[in-house]
Amino acid sequence: MELKTPLYDVHVKYGGKIVPFGGYLLPVQYGTGIVAEHMAVRTKAGLFDVSHMGEVTFEGKDALKNINMLVTNDCSGMYDGQVRYSPMCNENGGVVDDLLVYKKNDESYLVVINAANHDKDVAWMKARVFGDAVFTDISSSVAQLALQGPASKDIILKLTDEASLPVKYYSFTEHVGVGGIDCLVSRTGYTGEFGYELYTKPENAADLWEKLIEAGAEFGLIPCGLGARDTLRLEAAMPLYGHEMNDEITPLETGLGYFVKMTKDDFIGKAAMENKGEPTIKRIGVELCERGIAREECKVFSSDKEVGHITSGTMCPYLKKAVGMALVDKDISEGDELFVEVRGKKLRAEAVALPFYKRTK
Amino acid sequence: MSVERDLFYAETHEWVKYLDGGRALIGISDHAQEQMGDVAFINLCDEGEIISAGDEVGDIESIKAVSEIYSPVSGTVSKVNDELLEDPAALNSDPYGAWLLELEGVTENNSLMDADEYEKFIEEE
Repeated sequence: MELKTPLYDVHVKYGGKIVPFGGYLLPVQYGTGIVAEHMAVRTKAGLFDVSHMGEVTFEGKDALKNINMLVTNDCSGMYDGQVRYSPMCNENGGVVDDLLVYKKNDESYLVVINAANHDKDVAWMKARVFGDAVFTDISSSVAQLALQGPASKDIILKLTDEASLPVKYYSFTEHVGVGGIDCLVSRTGYTGEFGYELYTKPENAADLWEKLIEAGAEFGLIPCGLGARDTLRLEAAMPLYGHEMNDEITPLETGLGYFVKMTKDDFIGKAAMENKGEPTIKRIGVELCERGIAREECKVFSSDKEVGHITSGTMCPYLKKAVGMALVDKDISEGDELFVEVRGKKLRAEAVALPFYKRTK
Repeated sequence: MSVERDLFYAETHEWVKYLDGGRALIGISDHAQEQMGDVAFINLCDEGEIISAGDEVGDIESIKAVSEIYSPVSGTVSKVNDELLEDPAALNSDPYGAWLLELEGVTENNSLMDADEYEKFIEEE
């Protein structure tokens, strides 16, 4: 059975087209449609319900040691109020999930995980807790909204004062009163755009949503669904678990080497990645030169040789190009002519650099 | 969601509008475009092709997915709506104006639904 987020009734009220996703019933789009929602985030602002995301905490003197053993990135040296992205691997170096680590203080960390991996992650982490550390799954007592787009700051400033907001990208502040509602606010997001993510109690979520929608009306803020969330993250080349990552592909193979610190003492998957040596595949961007859309699983060819497959693909509303990410043979390089097999037809394509879209500051 | 009165509909959500001289226009219903979401590309068969009712005559790529289009009637393709191919979003904004193909030598298909029947059909679907 699918769960409802605390905003389910709000989605129905706003005309959301509800679909099951990651165990939850969520809007794939509203009446405005994916393209309008995508464009709102790139040019104005969009509001997303991301309450399906999971949240867990590590507390105690050994909280950091626990996290550093679980994730591939190095979380030592973080300041209080900092956020860090990392894959979390299994013993074979495959990815269990990718997540965000929020450091509250030396003995208190919040970790945000994918909804679809929630049960697996909780079991994985729980079974590996050691030393002076308490692991708690707080997912059901946290709601999360994402306010994304260039107008996000103007909107949130109508509901809070500037001094209480996080300034730096990948930082957060706690106990921010947003329209009088207590929130943890981080400068994070999954759209490639300026924005905030707001964590609050489930009973406050609908109130917070309505206040943001009202404050954002003059700036062109509209509610956005999972469809736009996917096209936005794809345009910004942000990987999605189950597509660019899975439990058999290492982070090194899918272009996330920057988030794997092999110099760190030890972490789960390190030995396997060392033994595997240099990756033989890599993640690239593919742009179609002919009409059509490359979808997940489409085969990619160089001349007649199959060199990999598409992991996510769409028609990018902002760039107005059909693009995809692909895992291919490491010898493929930018500018190479490729062919993508779309429903039996080989369409001409080009290997291009990632990301497809980068915000101009 | 609207259902245009003077058209006939297939269970696969295409409509046909019978014209004079054994010609007909075919397109997709408002319900179909709503289900597909924003249309990105339309691929259609060529002029001159001889079609039987139920044949695949093209496909529509939306941001979300690809959907095949089946002809509700038999005939020969006499025109392809090239303007629509250039502006596929028109299929979302005006599904009953945005015809896909014109056929000639059309044999009317009595198994299609009229507007009332189609309305009931999508309610029950």
